[in-house]
Amino acid sequence: MNMPVLDRTPDPTTQNDRPGASHLGFIDCDVHPYVKGPNDFDPFLSKRWLEHKKTIGGRTRQGLAKTSMYPRMSPGAGMRMDSWPKNGNHPGSDLPLMREQLLDLFDVAYGLLAPLVGGGPGERNVEFGAAMATACNEWQLANWCDPDPRLLGAIQVNIEWPEAAIAEIEKRAGDRRFAQVNIPPRGLEPLGRRRYWPVLEACAANDLPVSLHLGGTSGHASTGGGWPSFYHEEHPSYVQTMQTLVTSLVCEGVFEQIPNLKIVLVEGGFAWLPALCWRLDKHWKRLKAEVPHLKRSPSEYVHDHVWVTTQPIEEPERPQDMLSILEWIGPERVMFSTDYPHWDQDDPRYAFKVPLPDEWKRKIYRENAKALYKLD
Amino acid sequence: MVHSTEDRPASDKLTGAIDCDVHPAVPNTRALLPYFDDYWREHILRRGLERESFETSSYPVNAPINGRPDWHLPSGPPASNLVALQTHVLDRWGLSHAICNVIHGAQVMLSEDLSAAFCRAVNNWIKAEWLDRDPRLRASIVVPQHSADLAVEEIERLAGDRRFVQVLLLAMAELPLGRRQNWPIYRAAEAHGLPIGIHAGSSFRHPPSAGGWPSYYLEDYVSQAQGFQAALNSLVSEGVFVKFPGLKVVLIESGVAWLPASLWRLDKTWRGVRAEVPWLEEQPTETVRRHVRLTVQPFDAPPTEAQLHTLLEQIGSDRMLLFSSDYPHWHFDGDEALPSGLPAELIRKMCVDNPLDTYPRLKETT
Amino acid sequence: MTRHVVARVDEIQPGQRKIVTVRGREIGIFNVGNDFFGLINRCPHQGAPLCRGEVVSRLVAPMPGDYRLTRPGEMIRCPWHCWEFDIRTGQSLCDPNSVQARAFDVAVEPGKALVDGPFVAESVQVTVEENYVVVTV
Repeated sequence: MNMPVLDRTPDPTTQNDRPGASHLGFIDCDVHPYVKGPNDFDPFLSKRWLEHKKTIGGRTRQGLAKTSMYPRMSPGAGMRMDSWPKNGNHPGSDLPLMREQLLDLFDVAYGLLAPLVGGGPGERNVEFGAAMATACNEWQLANWCDPDPRLLGAIQVNIEWPEAAIAEIEKRAGDRRFAQVNIPPRGLEPLGRRRYWPVLEACAANDLPVSLHLGGTSGHASTGGGWPSFYHEEHPSYVQTMQTLVTSLVCEGVFEQIPNLKIVLVEGGFAWLPALCWRLDKHWKRLKAEVPHLKRSPSEYVHDHVWVTTQPIEEPERPQDMLSILEWIGPERVMFSTDYPHWDQDDPRYAFKVPLPDEWKRKIYRENAKALYKLD
Repeated sequence: MVHSTEDRPASDKLTGAIDCDVHPAVPNTRALLPYFDDYWREHILRRGLERESFETSSYPVNAPINGRPDWHLPSGPPASNLVALQTHVLDRWGLSHAICNVIHGAQVMLSEDLSAAFCRAVNNWIKAEWLDRDPRLRASIVVPQHSADLAVEEIERLAGDRRFVQVLLLAMAELPLGRRQNWPIYRAAEAHGLPIGIHAGSSFRHPPSAGGWPSYYLEDYVSQAQGFQAALNSLVSEGVFVKFPGLKVVLIESGVAWLPASLWRLDKTWRGVRAEVPWLEEQPTETVRRHVRLTVQPFDAPPTEAQLHTLLEQIGSDRMLLFSSDYPHWHFDGDEALPSGLPAELIRKMCVDNPLDTYPRLKETT
Repeated sequence: MTRHVVARVDEIQPGQRKIVTVRGREIGIFNVGNDFFGLINRCPHQGAPLCRGEVVSRLVAPMPGDYRLTRPGEMIRCPWHCWEFDIRTGQSLCDPNSVQARAFDVAVEPGKALVDGPFVAESVQVTVEENYVVVTV
């Protein structure tokens, strides 16, 4: 019997149409480096943690130990199918291919790394988590930032052990190879809660934006109404998580407590943000007495402290509605990202389906990130 | 008839309108005692449950947003007696109908049987003390949401009383609303021509999102919009509208403004992830425009009228919005129940045409 | 419009494809059950190299849970956002009437008929003994 087999052509491609000048030299605010294999972090782990990793391994708050509860729709846990290196390693693990398909192709000025590997931030054994986070930071430097200084690392930490997280942040602060601190949006408690303030204060004190890149395994259901069945629901459920994050950071008064804290929402889209701000403003007016520590309206806090990256860019039914969304959020708060090499990544040439005013293009593709991350 | 809105006093703009969301409040648990059968009445008395309050965490009665000050009563929670509802809303605005959605802890109880018993009592109470006393009133059937079988029993018990026009569920429960375990409820509702009313709120089997438990009621309240997003995504993704093509769903007290961005995202996801849910043969937005309606109170409006018009265009259908006051919740002052800046044509549809279309039972004479 | 010889028929077996460049465009030539089809190697969504995606079947379900595999090997799945297209027509599954990948006329011609021209064969040697895939661009 003939069993139909999918023809998975592993050949990576280069683009057939060369980018034009206006899409060169952008700052990519979300790039995913991957490990070549399960042992990439070993050089950076002590004997104790090597042994632990081999035997017990990573433990997160979900039923499957080694893969997502919501399996993705393309191989490699959701990679673009033409980004597999010829050597068969995982997409995103091969710097030469990353250069060919992204960094050199578009003459990218800087790529902000978001390593979703190692499992440090979500690890239940917080000592192991802190060790893996540190290892991941060393791995970024050795394999990515040093070989290609366009790539800027994100400091990984496990915030459930705040002392270690703060120590790691302070250790890396001042090292300009790191641009920000990564905290997964799905954690045990909403990030605005007081127990996390010392970590956030350490970020702000060291002038490091906090990047909340989609992900995390909190152990709480993906939605307030329980666990969805499908990835089709899980994918948009991250929007709800981002909304909770923004709501928490605002309502807890984090931006009053830590006035120079900067938050970047990565891979959550952004078209939902205006309606959330309208809702926050409206109901805050009625419930002000509950949150007297808020001296300004929620939308003002959002406007001053929150940045969004574009991917996965929303595709409004009427393409021109993208312009009103950008206007409501403020084009100075929006930063372009590809999310290379994930399946839902955006190409800088075609992500926007409506022409942008030149000034907005410059800001979104370059100047906003340059200012936020203090890049030259 | 609803007249032109330009030069009439606010209280006249709503003459003849249908209010799709008012909240008669059970004054206290004792008031429900006559409405249990003998078994459950004794059971409740043995346990002293008539002394307990079954106020829900989603709706702390004394929170400012849940009771407009001039609607407070000398005794009992706001909206706990019919005369108040008539004075404040029905008579004052000359409404043609109002749909009573009783928010009560009956729906969130963990014991399915106790939940069903309380739901029966609430429905009996709304019938005897409200529907029987004012012919303008209609009601949703409050069902034990966590047991599909018992919910269906209650629907079957009451569907014959044409004054029950809807089945009431909370937006956030133990399982996402579209999950197959809930399908018997949708089957029964569709068979009886009853829309499913999904009301803001949670049984708090889960925190409001994957981010965990927020500190403040303000956060919970704002998070209700997310609950609707997830519920809608679930209903669509699971194919509830494919399986039950006659089903209508009303999102009650959701805030409305979140809808376009949520649909854009769902459409985008569908185009790439369709193969996981291959029963979805059309873009989700098409399905939603056909099957889903939203009440307009509260309306999380943008700051300017121009932005509001853009938002309405993005919603893309003048059939989707239903007028509601959300009495006695505090979303507007005086008689300004209509979100400001709405075109007159839309107001007429919202107040009369769309409710009649959504709730066919309203067209029947009593 | 000109006709271009892009491959010998036996180069592209059923279920396989070859990406060729014709008049500056990359075109994917597909053999579906010994019929040949041509699609532009560019997804209408965001310009991805469509023809390097997976050749798949048309997965449908008349009701939730009632999964059916139909038309095996007749769909191409974009390597980026996984949009699905009918190889035969270029129509997208999500919006067949308004979202399409440009399809090209593809025919099989015996070498005998081609030897006299007119055609363009940049890189394919034509002999009378063989059959060839010819694209009109």
